[in-house]
Amino acid sequence: MTERVGIVAVAQTKYEADKERQNFGEMVREVVDKVVAETGLKYEDQEPNDFAIDKIVSCSEDYWDCANISDIRTHAEMGGFAMDEIKVSADGAQAAFLATLNILAGHANVVLVVAHRKESITTASIIENAAFDPIYQRPLGLDFRSAAALQAQRYKDKYEINQEQWAKAVVRDRKNAQNNPYALGLPPLTTADVLDSRMLVYPLRLLDCKPPSDGACAMILAREDIAKKITDKPVWVTGMGNCYDAHYLGDRDLGDCDALVMAANRAYKMAGVSNPLKDIDVAEISADYSYQELLWMEGLGFCDRGKAGQLIDDGITEADGELPINLSGGTLAGSPGGVAGLARVADLVLQLRGEAGAGQAKSLKTGVAHGVTGQCGQSHCVIILGN
Amino acid sequence: MASRVAVIGVGQTKHGHRNDASQADLVSDAVQAALENAELNIRDIDAVVTGNMELLDGNYLSDMWLVDGDGAYMKSGVRVSGGGTSGQKVFDTAVKYVASGLFDTALAIAYSKMREGPIQWSIKMINEDHFCDLGRGGGPAWSVIQRIAEDLLDRKSVTEEHIAQLRVQQAENGIRNPYTHLKRKFTVEEVMASPEFAPPVRMLHVPPVSDGACAVLVASEETAKKISKNPAWVIDTVSVHAGAYNIGLGNAAYTMKDPRLGLPWCWGTAQSCLKLYKRNGITDPAKELDVIEMYAPSPWVEVAYCENFLVCEKGKAWKMIETGQTAITGEIPVNPSGGVLSYHPLGASALLRVAEAAIQVRGEGGDRQVPNVKVAMAVSEGGDNYGMATLLKKSL
Repeated sequence: MTERVGIVAVAQTKYEADKERQNFGEMVREVVDKVVAETGLKYEDQEPNDFAIDKIVSCSEDYWDCANISDIRTHAEMGGFAMDEIKVSADGAQAAFLATLNILAGHANVVLVVAHRKESITTASIIENAAFDPIYQRPLGLDFRSAAALQAQRYKDKYEINQEQWAKAVVRDRKNAQNNPYALGLPPLTTADVLDSRMLVYPLRLLDCKPPSDGACAMILAREDIAKKITDKPVWVTGMGNCYDAHYLGDRDLGDCDALVMAANRAYKMAGVSNPLKDIDVAEISADYSYQELLWMEGLGFCDRGKAGQLIDDGITEADGELPINLSGGTLAGSPGGVAGLARVADLVLQLRGEAGAGQAKSLKTGVAHGVTGQCGQSHCVIILGN
Repeated sequence: MASRVAVIGVGQTKHGHRNDASQADLVSDAVQAALENAELNIRDIDAVVTGNMELLDGNYLSDMWLVDGDGAYMKSGVRVSGGGTSGQKVFDTAVKYVASGLFDTALAIAYSKMREGPIQWSIKMINEDHFCDLGRGGGPAWSVIQRIAEDLLDRKSVTEEHIAQLRVQQAENGIRNPYTHLKRKFTVEEVMASPEFAPPVRMLHVPPVSDGACAVLVASEETAKKISKNPAWVIDTVSVHAGAYNIGLGNAAYTMKDPRLGLPWCWGTAQSCLKLYKRNGITDPAKELDVIEMYAPSPWVEVAYCENFLVCEKGKAWKMIETGQTAITGEIPVNPSGGVLSYHPLGASALLRVAEAAIQVRGEGGDRQVPNVKVAMAVSEGGDNYGMATLLKKSL
């Protein structure tokens, strides 16, 4: 059985605030067409062969798709007829995780993964409120932003982190995004812009928060020997981990992210990474809010707890720094939730293949991509890639 | 290193109108029952996979709240879904976790508390095309059953009385299963007199609305051989999805091409079984399988499945019913559990088919046990588009 799984092609739509000219299926079709064309792969039919796509892992959620069993809606556009398909209802990195498991198990040889979401269709709060337990937390009117505000405040109080350091992460992301043709196209910022922006939910300001967007991302993963036949630049999945945290906000110390630490440790162990700051060359992190850039950096082991601000201040995470973070601009520069983690994997693949254009970093061998699901990062997924 | 996988524990709640328990409570009860059945502790579990149809239960990201109930705290896991096949997709995902070689044990959990969500609206919208049908009605689930029924009657494969006999058979099986919602004997006359709400489909031809949860524990070959006295080996799972979501259009076009298939419906489900047979050298399922647990939301669908799964002769399902071929004492017992007509926590029903198939293979069926089960098949269908079939065996 194979020991390695390779990513052989990736595609993203341009992320836009409102893709009024495309429905869900058209977004899916755009990215699926690209990866299928790039690889020349066919779909498995009655006579399967090693070069055919034999499984699809889709990623979306019924609530955001406004439909029950919503993968039926984009089934045709995925090329799903007569195929084995499963829908992951969590962040897109989890879909790449499951695709990898299928291949490691020997249950599939070539897996198509596609995630999509249109955040333009409604106000996120309405849907997010339904993620909280219906007995205690939901009636309080919580949504992800108000929960994040609680986490931000706790994080700030617990450690010597200040909001200017959060703002610097946003500034860095927006600057990097100028080189990413898929990003929302929002202008660069200064820390003053962030710190002066309108207060939404104390202490989170408008520019501390991810802007809503529409888009889709697809990729194809394959068994090692097949991957090498499809492309001369496969990117290998060298480690991965995922983990759930407690649900009730009061059951967690929100200033920590134990689930991310656990997920990252599992991934690092598989990949043989012992010193993340040294061993990892580039990172794509899913932060929906500015403070999460720092909190997740700590969870990923790039520094000690409470010390991410120092890394930011020292410029370690800048594009020309020792460990560039979010060269794509990351989630804060615009990729929809649900798609974000898969987009982070895709952006990392481009970097490791040397195909990131103006935003390309040098001398990359190993990178980490990260995705998050649920309020205050209740569930994390970490995927380590190498070229 | 990839691994073969076995079911080493099964647990479920009593299904029915559970006003005494929240969704997290139901899940917790099922998980605890599965752990007890396997003689394990939650600490022994490496991954937790859950699934449901979230619009049915009224919760977004439903796996998040459940962490307290399902023991997923600080563990790996994910939520997946697939309509009516959700529970079986959850099972298959748990199997992938273990088969990959990265995890030794995984819990598959599926549940429903449908009375806390907008059921009929959620189901009806499955069949609605966003562009053509929205607001004009799409088709509720029973419209599919209605068309299957009309077709079966047209081809004289069964009469209404045969259908009533199958319904009575499922009810009798359900009484022997301590977990079912409905525990009532029916007579053929009662079934044939029950109100017809979508002719010829009657009230007693469709499932109840039930709350309930199920948990199935799977382990790697090495772990199963070490710690389980009674593993049920997961030999194969096949999933084939049909295409168009407009009921009938895609399916009809494709099944007409295949002369083995009796009906223009259930194409994906039938293909899943046929492919499973082919991959596993099964040429006469009625003889080579010892039991089938199928997610059949009506005796009409049960008949369509038996024709399409090659259990009975196409167009002659009446023979199968008159000879009792699929009764618990018959050649190929179908749904000794009582099937979804006896209990229907929709999000869990597909997992319950796998669970009951495993129970049969492990000889833990009590009053509903079929003697000498060595090979069992579990089948489910989602939205008339998704199909899934799993083969379990007593030995490798």
